[in-house]
Amino acid sequence: MTKDTRRVYVDNNATTPTDPRVVEAMLPYFYQMPGNAASRNHPFGWEAEEGVDYAREQIAALINVDPKEIIFTSGATESDNLAIKGVFEMYASKGNHIITATTEHKAVLDTCKKLEKEGAEVTYLQVNAEGLIDLAELEAAMKPSTILVSIMWANNETGVIQPIKEIGELCARKGVLFFSDAVQAVGKIPVDPKAMGVHLMAFTSHKMYGPKGVGALYVSRKSPRVKVTAQMDGGGHERGMRSGTLNVPGIVGFGKAAEIAKAEMHQDAARLSKMRDRLEKAFQDNLEEIYVNGSREHRMPHVTNISFKHVEGEGLMMTFNQNIALSSGSACTSASLEPSYVLVALGLGDDLAHSSLRFSLGRFTTEEDIDYVIEKVSAGVNHMRDLSPIWEMYKEGIDLNSVQWSEH
Amino acid sequence: MAYSDKVLEHFQHPRNVGTLDKSKATVGTGLVGAPECGDVMRLQIEVDPSTSTIVDAKFKTFGCGSAIASSSLATEWLKGKTIDQALSIDNMTIVEELALPPVKIHCSVLAEDAIRSAIADYQQKNGIEVAVAEKTH
Repeated sequence: MTKDTRRVYVDNNATTPTDPRVVEAMLPYFYQMPGNAASRNHPFGWEAEEGVDYAREQIAALINVDPKEIIFTSGATESDNLAIKGVFEMYASKGNHIITATTEHKAVLDTCKKLEKEGAEVTYLQVNAEGLIDLAELEAAMKPSTILVSIMWANNETGVIQPIKEIGELCARKGVLFFSDAVQAVGKIPVDPKAMGVHLMAFTSHKMYGPKGVGALYVSRKSPRVKVTAQMDGGGHERGMRSGTLNVPGIVGFGKAAEIAKAEMHQDAARLSKMRDRLEKAFQDNLEEIYVNGSREHRMPHVTNISFKHVEGEGLMMTFNQNIALSSGSACTSASLEPSYVLVALGLGDDLAHSSLRFSLGRFTTEEDIDYVIEKVSAGVNHMRDLSPIWEMYKEGIDLNSVQWSEH
Repeated sequence: MAYSDKVLEHFQHPRNVGTLDKSKATVGTGLVGAPECGDVMRLQIEVDPSTSTIVDAKFKTFGCGSAIASSSLATEWLKGKTIDQALSIDNMTIVEELALPPVKIHCSVLAEDAIRSAIADYQQKNGIEVAVAEKTH
């Protein structure tokens, strides 16, 4: 038997391949045009600055904002930190209360946790079984000291899209700033922060077929004019909000990725959602006891998160991980031994969270890839169920909730 | 995280997967772990009462690759051993044999618990005093 050397990448929510057209746009900025965009007195600097300015326009055009409202950073984690810490410090005289949700990315949650030690009061909203926050709960949580609402556009694990427009309206009515981590949404679906009432927004290049190591924070300049306190001190780059020499090739690539996304997003989304639906249907036809996690109505077109009951996610992944790249909500894939907090927040139960796989398709996913994933993952689930004592018990009609388990 | 060759080998070719008739007096069953924790092991032994020797061992495991490899290895080691010899199997021996990283040591602990639990079940069924107190971790 020959070794199956096929490799299929369906982990695009972790990172996307860099589009070859993006790489091509970046290349001249490494050697031919190596200047520092802040060098104002020679052509090397001018060329670099032009490259950055053009990229800023490409990115601004993608999200329908003014180029001056784009602050370049090293990535979305930095953008999240800058937005939340920057607002907390800048608006300290107005209040200290921040509202976020339990299913946010760690870059938001850990930033909020840190600020709690520095005097912030943080409300963590729960989500419903679909993964959505409750607008009435958000409104009830607001108080005179509330300075910021931080709710992500689309969730990284489930692809669930929050009611951004409604949150934006509520924040506008209450005079509270609204920050959204839109890492998983920008470049994949139309994202228009101004139309949605979003005042600050984090996003990153490497989730939209651009290079790693470059991200952006959108900061509204008009109605309202928002300022954030810099978290990095130095040369006063990026209108004083983020010092540090700009990553010129990275930014140029980010710009090209934004231009391509603007042109191709709709066709990509239509193609990927069809493939995603085909994948879900095939699993549902092939296998018993599978559950799609999170809202199927309000979600990204390229993502599905599925629990394969009575099979542990990491073990399941081992049946195909030489050939297929994807992620699991199983604890065993993390160092913490806790299953995905996002899935647990949906009320899933730890057992189903341990049994979950996230399939995130992308621009370079083919129909043949999907056929292969269906075949390999279905076979893996059947194999692992043959090995699973709890699958056997389930098949014998034993109520697993009545079993006295030995916790360890 | 990369798996050791031995974990991969057991995972790809698990030994002694299956189910013994738990109603038989000569069969002891250990079921340890919990679905919420992401690991459940069921380990069964069949004992020849005349010699107190384990003549067969089977397992089924819900868990990660290291949990499956640990239980597969345990069944392999149990066959042919006397009860007393089986009780001397220590989780750290499994850790060493499979080169488990620290984050996976609990898989070996669970396998040791499963062995002890299966033996205790056999002994209780047959009115044999449970000789060794259950080790606590």
